[in-house]
Amino acid sequence: MIQYVIRRLLISIPVLLGISVVAFFMVRLVPGDTVTAMLGNSYTPDQAEALRSKYGLDEPLIQQYFLWLGNVLQGDFGYSQFTNTPVLDAILARLPITIELAVLSVLIAIIIAIPLGTIAALRRNSKFDYGASMFGLLGISVPNFWLGTLMILFLSLYAGWFPSGGFVGLSESIIGNLRSMLLPAIALGTAVGAVAMRMTRSSMLEVTNQEYIKMARAKGVSNERLIWRHALKNALIPVVTVIGIQAGYLLGGSVVIEQIFGLPGVGQLALQAITNRDYALLQGTILFIASAFVIVNLIVDVIYGFLNPQIRY
Amino acid sequence: MSDYIMEVKDLKTHFHTKKGIVKAVDGVSFKVKKGEILAIVGESGCGKSVTSQSIMRLVGDKKSEEVTGEVLYHGEDLMKKSRLDMQKVRGKDLSMIFQDPMTSLNPAYTVGTQIAEMPMIHEKKGKKSAWNRAVEMLTKVGIPSPAKRAEQYPHQFSGGMRQRGVIAMSLACDPDLIIADEPTTALDVTIQAQVLDIIRDLRDETGTAIIMVTHDLGVVAELCDRVAVMYAGKIVEQGTIEDIFDRPKHPYTQGLLNSVPRPGSRERLKPIEGQPPNLHDLPNGCRFAERCPFVMDQCIEKEPDLLEAESKGHTVACWLEEEGNNDGDRGNTEGRGTEKVF
Repeated sequence: MIQYVIRRLLISIPVLLGISVVAFFMVRLVPGDTVTAMLGNSYTPDQAEALRSKYGLDEPLIQQYFLWLGNVLQGDFGYSQFTNTPVLDAILARLPITIELAVLSVLIAIIIAIPLGTIAALRRNSKFDYGASMFGLLGISVPNFWLGTLMILFLSLYAGWFPSGGFVGLSESIIGNLRSMLLPAIALGTAVGAVAMRMTRSSMLEVTNQEYIKMARAKGVSNERLIWRHALKNALIPVVTVIGIQAGYLLGGSVVIEQIFGLPGVGQLALQAITNRDYALLQGTILFIASAFVIVNLIVDVIYGFLNPQIRY
Repeated sequence: MSDYIMEVKDLKTHFHTKKGIVKAVDGVSFKVKKGEILAIVGESGCGKSVTSQSIMRLVGDKKSEEVTGEVLYHGEDLMKKSRLDMQKVRGKDLSMIFQDPMTSLNPAYTVGTQIAEMPMIHEKKGKKSAWNRAVEMLTKVGIPSPAKRAEQYPHQFSGGMRQRGVIAMSLACDPDLIIADEPTTALDVTIQAQVLDIIRDLRDETGTAIIMVTHDLGVVAELCDRVAVMYAGKIVEQGTIEDIFDRPKHPYTQGLLNSVPRPGSRERLKPIEGQPPNLHDLPNGCRFAERCPFVMDQCIEKEPDLLEAESKGHTVACWLEEEGNNDGDRGNTEGRGTEKVF
């Protein structure tokens, strides 16, 4: 098991290197650079050149890349050219918020998906099933930013139950923190929950037709035990895969949602970095998000092995 | 109270489908004595598996499934039991072995856990003593190093071992009656013999009655005391193993016996011509009439009842018997399986 995790982490090194290449060069394909973003509309070419050479932006790209990579490997992600603060500090300060958002979203997705999908499968073709299917379709089709905006409008502005934005730290107030995180987490988790719900339903339908379920009934197992113990563990195997893949998209989705709800997370940081053409900061955040993706996938695979005894690492 | 532990009376299982009613089981009656092995024999689709699942009430919960008749277990009608009471009977008093051991064990739990579940549910045993029971059961069915095996998952077992695991599970609460639905069909021939040995030994040892559902006449001859031959949802002939193998009365039984290859015989097998009737649309008369070599006018008009033939307990549903014109005029006809074949 530990060996497997180590092997997987080693395999992820080339992946992350590839991402670093893409992150570094893609950023520079965008018109304009840090210097033009800093100087605004009125500047002379001389001023720009001076700044470029100050930041080393006039060096050949390849040289810049390896210089950056070398520093990153030593744990130095460079300085934000805009705020002049270390990139790593900026990311680490915002990372807990994004992680909390992601974890809460996944939790909400699971809370929606598993009971709803299971009950829908058991009451196939009932009103409940149709309702769940409708929710599934809506959850997938409604864009998260629109859902987020609607929730702010109705639940925050009209009803006043939740703050319309901003972030309360966990250390300040647990309830305040949850209040500020709940709406963004729902906005982000709904789509994941909808996809996972559909998967749970179809997977459950398949499992309940299996012979071992009939066997369990013949053993005198109660209906509840039959479903939650005998069927669910088998039915969850594909659901975990789906949630894992969706969790990756969730990291991307957090960029938009953090912006809408004014959460100072990594996603918002990335967006700022893009507008400011803040190269070092942007490269750093992309690399962090990519690593998070790799780790989430690793966690999914480990859970997979726990659910499916035929997979042993 | 009689010495029968189970009496099935006029069991009917009908499925309501878009195409109409499928009469999968249509008026089946039989009795099982304590310690007896009764075979229910018939070709695929004759309703033998549905019969066994109806007894366990594994069918009949859905709107489209209609089960009627009586299943008296120690004189008590299982059909009238509540869902919860039935749960208590299943696995404890009546247990079941399914056809395919590859799919009848849950892949997500260890074999030991699955066996231990039975005493935990039915006897409210603690984890530890239930687990010990599981190991004990695995020992009983001849699984080597049972303590280690109990901790393994079904995919680590071979087909024959899985079926032994399933048998161990069905025995875990010491049931009065085991319904074995083609327990050897999915196994290799060599493993089949081992599994049959285990079943026979267990019967001898514990006195458990067994209903053996099978299409394999070899298994029947090897193991069973009495036989019920099913055709298109009905029992057409019932009797002791000698009755059925030595003195088969029903043309279908005779046909079945003739379609079994005999070692050393150079004769060509005589298959029964034609197909069983469509269960959506059954004929008015005898269901076998269309394929019967001795078909008469009355066979097409009216269905024969199951009546006693020469020896006691040997019943046949055939107009030939009712007419009293048994053997005489058919004595030399081909298609009679009158010698013992196994």
